[in-house]
Amino acid sequence: MSVADEATPAPVLRRRWRREAIGPLDYSRRLWLRLTFLAALVFLYAPIITLIVFSFNDSRRNIVWRGFTFKYYEKALGNESLIEAFTNSLTIALLSTAASVVLGAMVAVLLWRFRFPGKAPLEGAMALPIVIPEICMGVAMLAFFARVGWPSDLIWPFNLGSIIIAHISFSFPFVAMVVRARLANFNRELEEAAKDLGASEWETFRDVLIPFMRPGLVAGGLLAFTLSLDDFVITFFTSGPDTVTFPVKVYSMVRFSVTPEVNAASTVLIVITLVLTALAMWLQNRSGQKAEELG
Amino acid sequence: MTESAGIGGAGGKPIISIREVSKIFGGAVTAVDDVSLDIHEGEFFALLGPSGCGKTTLLRMLAGFEIPSLGQVLLDGQSLDGVPPNKRPINMVFQSYAVFPHMSVFDNVAYGLKITGVDKAETMARVDEALELVKLGGFGGRRPDQLSGGQRQRVALARALVKRPRVLLLDEPLSALDAKLREAMQLELVRLRETVGITFVIVTHDQAEALSMANRIAVMESGKVRQVAGPAELYEYPNCRFVADFIGKMNLFEGRVTGLAGNQITVQVEGLGEVTLPAVEQAEGEVGIAVRPEKLRLDREDPGAGRIAFRGRVSEVAYYGDTSNIFITDAAGRAVSANIQNEARRTDSHVAVGDDLWCSWDPQDTLVLTG
Ligand SMILES: Nc1ncnc2c1ncn2[C@@H]1O[C@H](COP(=O)(O)OP(=O)(O)OP(=O)(O)O)[C@@H](O)[C@H]1O
Ligand SMILES: [Mg+2]
Repeated sequence: MSVADEATPAPVLRRRWRREAIGPLDYSRRLWLRLTFLAALVFLYAPIITLIVFSFNDSRRNIVWRGFTFKYYEKALGNESLIEAFTNSLTIALLSTAASVVLGAMVAVLLWRFRFPGKAPLEGAMALPIVIPEICMGVAMLAFFARVGWPSDLIWPFNLGSIIIAHISFSFPFVAMVVRARLANFNRELEEAAKDLGASEWETFRDVLIPFMRPGLVAGGLLAFTLSLDDFVITFFTSGPDTVTFPVKVYSMVRFSVTPEVNAASTVLIVITLVLTALAMWLQNRSGQKAEELG
Repeated sequence: MTESAGIGGAGGKPIISIREVSKIFGGAVTAVDDVSLDIHEGEFFALLGPSGCGKTTLLRMLAGFEIPSLGQVLLDGQSLDGVPPNKRPINMVFQSYAVFPHMSVFDNVAYGLKITGVDKAETMARVDEALELVKLGGFGGRRPDQLSGGQRQRVALARALVKRPRVLLLDEPLSALDAKLREAMQLELVRLRETVGITFVIVTHDQAEALSMANRIAVMESGKVRQVAGPAELYEYPNCRFVADFIGKMNLFEGRVTGLAGNQITVQVEGLGEVTLPAVEQAEGEVGIAVRPEKLRLDREDPGAGRIAFRGRVSEVAYYGDTSNIFITDAAGRAVSANIQNEARRTDSHVAVGDDLWCSWDPQDTLVLTG
C-alpha cells in the first residue's frame, strides 16, 4: 500500500464534513444547545465537585488547595458523634421510606380505585404536606409531639420514633403522587383478565397491580429516602440531644467553621446515595430481565 | 325469543340461558333491555349491533363483571347469580387483549393454571399445547412488547383456551387488526372452534364478520335483541326494518296493504303502484317493502309482467372490480341501489350515468317488513 493511496481519501472526507449543514434535528451541533447543556452541568455539579475535591485538601481552611490527604476521612470516621448521627440518619431514612412506600401505595390505590364520599378533599389534603412550608411543618410537629407527651427517653432506635413519624408524614404524599400518576395509565382489563383466569381479589393485586406499580414504588421510595436523609428543618424541630441526625450534626459543626471533615462526611453521604440509587435501578432492570428469561 | 331452527343451535340443550336480563347503569342508562336468549353447546354465537347497543355489557354479564339489574343468567341450567368471575368456567378474550406486560408469553398462558393449582408438569404440557394451537409454538420466552398485535391476540386466546372453559367470550377480537389479517383470523377462529369444540360467543359491530363466522347471530339495537337467527336466514328474512338495514344493503319502500287473497297480498307502494307479494303474518296497514341490491335486474326494455318494475335514470355508477353499484333515481327522486356482477371483461361502462333503464325484481325476493 502506497502513501498516496492512504492520503487521497482523507481530504475528501474532511471537505464533506465541513460542508454538511446543520440539520433541523442536529441539536447536538448547535451552539446554544451546547451552552445550555454546559450551564446545566455547572449548576448541577460544580458545588458538589468542589465539596468532594476539598474533602481531600490538606488544610484546615477550605479555601486554598494545599495537597492531597485522606486525613479528614480518618478524622470523620473517628468522630463518634458524627458516626452516631450518620447511623441515626440512615436508620430513620430506611424505616420511614419503608413505611412511606406502603402507606403511599395504599393511599394511591385507594384514591385511584374507589369512589367514596370525601374523596376529593382527601386528594387535596394529600398535596398539603408538599406545599406547606417546611418550617411550619417543623413547628407543627414540635407542638404535636409536645402536646401528646411523646416520651423522649426511650432507648435506641425507639427514641427516633418521633423523627420517623415526622418523616413519614412529609414523604408518603410524594410516594402516593408518583404511584397515582403511574396507576392513571393502568388498563383495567388487565385486572379483569386476572380475575377471569381465576385469581381472587388479593391474587390480582399481588400478580397484576403490584408489578405494574413497581417502577412507581421504586421511584417513590427513592424520593422518600433522599427526602428523609437530607431533611434538616423538620428534623431539627423533632430531634432531641440524643437523636441528632447527620444534617443537624453537620449544621452544628459548620456553626464553628467549615472543616474538610464536614466535606469528607458529606462525600460519604453522596456516595451512599449514589450507590443506593444505582442499586435500585439495577434491581429494577434485573426484574425486567428475569421476566424475559423465564419460560 | 324466537328459537331458530337454523344450522347448529337447536338440538343441543342450552349451555347459557339469558332470562329477561336488563342492565341499568346508575338508575338512568338502560344498556341491556329485557334480553332473553339461549346459546347452545358448541355454537359460534355472535352478538351484533351498532356502537353503544349494549353488546359488551351483555357479554360482561356472562363473564360476571357486571351484575344484571333484572333477570338472571344460567349456565347448564344453574343460576350464575352471586358467582364471581374467577369462579365461572367461562373465559374471555378482552378487546385490548390485556396480555400481562410483565410476564413472558409462557407465564401469561400459564397464569390461569398456576392460580388454580394445576401441577407443574401438567401446566407445561397444557401451555405448550395451547401455544401450538394458536400457532405460537416457540414464542413462550418472548415478552409481550416483542410481539405484534396479532400475536398478542393469539396469546390472549391461548391464555383463555388453556383453561378449557365451557364458554369462550370474545369482545371485538378482530377490530384492532388490519383488513387482511382480520380476514385470516376470521377463518382461523372458526377452525379453532371446531378443533377445541368450545362454545364461542363473539361481540362484533361488523355484520360481514358476524355473517361469515357465526352459526347464529343475535342482532341488538339500543339494548334490545331484534332477531336471533342463522346468517342466511338473517340476511334473506330479516324480521324488521332495523335488521334489514343493518345486515347488508337494502332498498326500502314504504307501502300500505290494500288486500289479502289466499297466500298473496297486494300492497300500494309509492312510486311502484300496486304490487302483489307472497303473504306474511300480520301484514296489514303500513308495511316496509324491501329488496336487496343484488336481487335487482336492469334492462333497457320493459321486463314484462311477473316482475315488480319501475323506470328510472342512472344517477351514479360505482365500480368495485367484481361488482358495480348502480344508483337508479325514479320519477319521485328516490335513489335505488342495484348491485351488478361484472361478468364479462370490459373497461367501458355498459351502464352510464344518464341512461334510462328498467329496474325490476322477482316478487319472491321481496321482503314485507312489519316491524
Ligand atoms: N359502567 C357504565 N356506566 C354507565 N353507563 C355505561 C357503563 N358501561 C356502558 N354504559 C352505557 O351502556 C350503553 C351500552 O354500552 P356497551 O359498552 O355495552 O355498548 P357496545 O354495544 O359494546 O358498544 P361498542 O360497539 O361501542 O363497544 C352505552 O350507552 C354506554 O354508554
Ligand atoms: Mg363494546
